[in-house]
Amino acid sequence: MSQVTFVQSINQALHDAMEDDARVLVLGEDVGDAEGGGVVGITKGLSQAFGCERVKSTPISEQAIMGAAIGAALKGFRPVAEIMLMNFTTVASDMIVNHAAKLRFMSGGQTSVPLVVRTMTGAGVSNGGQHSDYLEAWYAHTAGLKVVLPSTPADAYGLMRACIDDPDPCIFVETLPALFNKGEAPVRGSRVPLGKAAVLREGRDVSVIGYGRIIQSVAQLADRLAGEGVSMEVIDLRTVSPFDKEAVLASVRKTGAAVVVHEAVREFGVGSEISSLIHEEAFAALRAPVRRIGAKFAPVPFSKPLETASLPSLDEVEAAVRELAAVTA
Amino acid sequence: MTQISDDLLLSIFEKMALLKQNDEKMRASISSGRLVMPYYSYRGQEVIPATISALLRDDDTICTIYRGTHDALAKGCPVDRLWAELGGRATGTCKGKGGPMHITHPETGVMVTTGIVGSSMPIANGLAWAAKLEGSDAVTVAYFGDGASNIGAFHESLNLASLWKLPVLFVCSNNLYSEHTRFAAGTAIDSVAKSAAAYSMPGVRVDGNDVLAMHAAAAEAIDRARAGEGPTLIEAMTFRFHGHVFGDDDAYMGEGEKAERMAADPYPRFRAWLIDEGHASEDRLAAIEAEQAERIEAAIRFALDSEFPPASEVLTDVYEQEMAR
Ligand SMILES: Cc1ncc(C[n+]2csc(CCOP(=O)(O)OP(=O)(O)O)c2C)c(N)n1
Ligand SMILES: [Mg+2]
Repeated sequence: MSQVTFVQSINQALHDAMEDDARVLVLGEDVGDAEGGGVVGITKGLSQAFGCERVKSTPISEQAIMGAAIGAALKGFRPVAEIMLMNFTTVASDMIVNHAAKLRFMSGGQTSVPLVVRTMTGAGVSNGGQHSDYLEAWYAHTAGLKVVLPSTPADAYGLMRACIDDPDPCIFVETLPALFNKGEAPVRGSRVPLGKAAVLREGRDVSVIGYGRIIQSVAQLADRLAGEGVSMEVIDLRTVSPFDKEAVLASVRKTGAAVVVHEAVREFGVGSEISSLIHEEAFAALRAPVRRIGAKFAPVPFSKPLETASLPSLDEVEAAVRELAAVTA
Repeated sequence: MTQISDDLLLSIFEKMALLKQNDEKMRASISSGRLVMPYYSYRGQEVIPATISALLRDDDTICTIYRGTHDALAKGCPVDRLWAELGGRATGTCKGKGGPMHITHPETGVMVTTGIVGSSMPIANGLAWAAKLEGSDAVTVAYFGDGASNIGAFHESLNLASLWKLPVLFVCSNNLYSEHTRFAAGTAIDSVAKSAAAYSMPGVRVDGNDVLAMHAAAAEAIDRARAGEGPTLIEAMTFRFHGHVFGDDDAYMGEGEKAERMAADPYPRFRAWLIDEGHASEDRLAAIEAEQAERIEAAIRFALDSEFPPASEVLTDVYEQEMAR
């Protein structure tokens, strides 16, 4: 089985989408080949293959980038706009939240904004407080947007293709520190449907529900604990909004216990929404309250020990799983 | 000075007659309680979109702002659908989901109306980029106010449009106030048009209450845009007669300022000029006005006779396919 990085699979997805559909456009800072094909190379080769009119490097103007993408989308194009880092989406949030998300609704369905925002983020590489945040909960909290956060290169390919196909605005979140990690190569042309979770491990005792790089680590943990007789079910949501309610509820009804985990701060996070859903719809199945694990409620620090301490750890997940597994009905 | 045909002059007058009377009806309807909505009256600023729109085609697009009901109407947005929208009816342009600040009617090129100051411009760039990619010579007009020239998006948009040679008209209606702040109290530069120089594009300040001046500036900018020569910034000097928002007490204005401006109302001025210069007879203009009045009355009847949208509409049009919640 051939192995590829996220950089390669996302590049492949953009390439294939541009080849399949002339309406697909790419824009953002440094995305053209003359500027290096993206700061980590995700858009490498695209301007060479499809020309500088469809693959446009932009000035450092996040509002203008998003506005150009929205206007082109209103006319039926399928722009993929890169906002280099997720923290920089705050600079474009008027365009994303007040316009991309709402124009379909506010126009009574006359217009639509089929665009994709590609953005990278993630702590662990000493980028400090303004270059590391996971803000997916902000966008998931905004009606009109969809949010995806892939955990494998193959999912990244399939989700990118699905986002580009989708008639609504999608926020595609890439985990910067994991971009050069390898995984199974995607099947070209494949799609990962939005809103569909993947069951990474099947198990009986405790469900762990999350997404992104940490859920892959949780799957490794499941393999280790299985040897000790603790049976974990691991659910990778893949799409944060709309998330796969059925998969979550089916799993919890089976195991009777759940831990939700993500790298964003725990407070007011996506995990809180999932936890609430479980309590509301599967309360009778629960042996114990749902446990939420996320980053500490603080800006991401620079100093290595502090940065590590701010992140959710696998030890916390393991402790929660062991506790819940020990609770009998 | 380019010659303007009588037909074009009358088409501008017809739009102005519609816009002026429509504003009067909107204000009267709010006063009587028939319409319940925030309203940012455009009365006094009609020359700008009436003249520009008379030069535009259906496939040209606009992005406008909360004060831009006149921009939408001048571009061709149907009056009856507009009134139904203002009334929150299911037959409104936006099924009652947008309201006065979000009028949208793509068939006539009214693509976006935004309530966020400065946000018409970045999206106008995208519409213009799309036209360019399609190989069409359609142009996009971004309407905004003087206050919006102090928002970052204005500067980002001018730079990008100039860099990419986008077919955009940036039309700033400088009505001398943003909310209650005088232009000079909020803007360091003495003319918005001068900002164009910073972005290597032509910038012109014109009397936005003068049809001939407005026509000359708009025609040149549209020609430039259609020819692929890029954007133009037009600063159209004007005044809003009814303050920032309906109910405004005008306390922040200079003594007698408003009365003086209203005495120079561009509507009767243009009307008299048309007759004096022999472009139209009094009867002809009166007939146009009566037609527009009837259109508006019919629109109001249409709106009032229409049903409100059912509550189930809250969850439609959020996404193409309603999300299971
Ligand atoms: C980003 C943003 N800030 C503030 C407001 C509140 N607001 C609405 S209109 C307005 C004044 C804008 O003035 P100007 O651009 O001159 O347009 P005008 O209203 O005079 O037509 C303000 C401050 C807003 N809608 N959006
Ligand atoms: Mg103003």
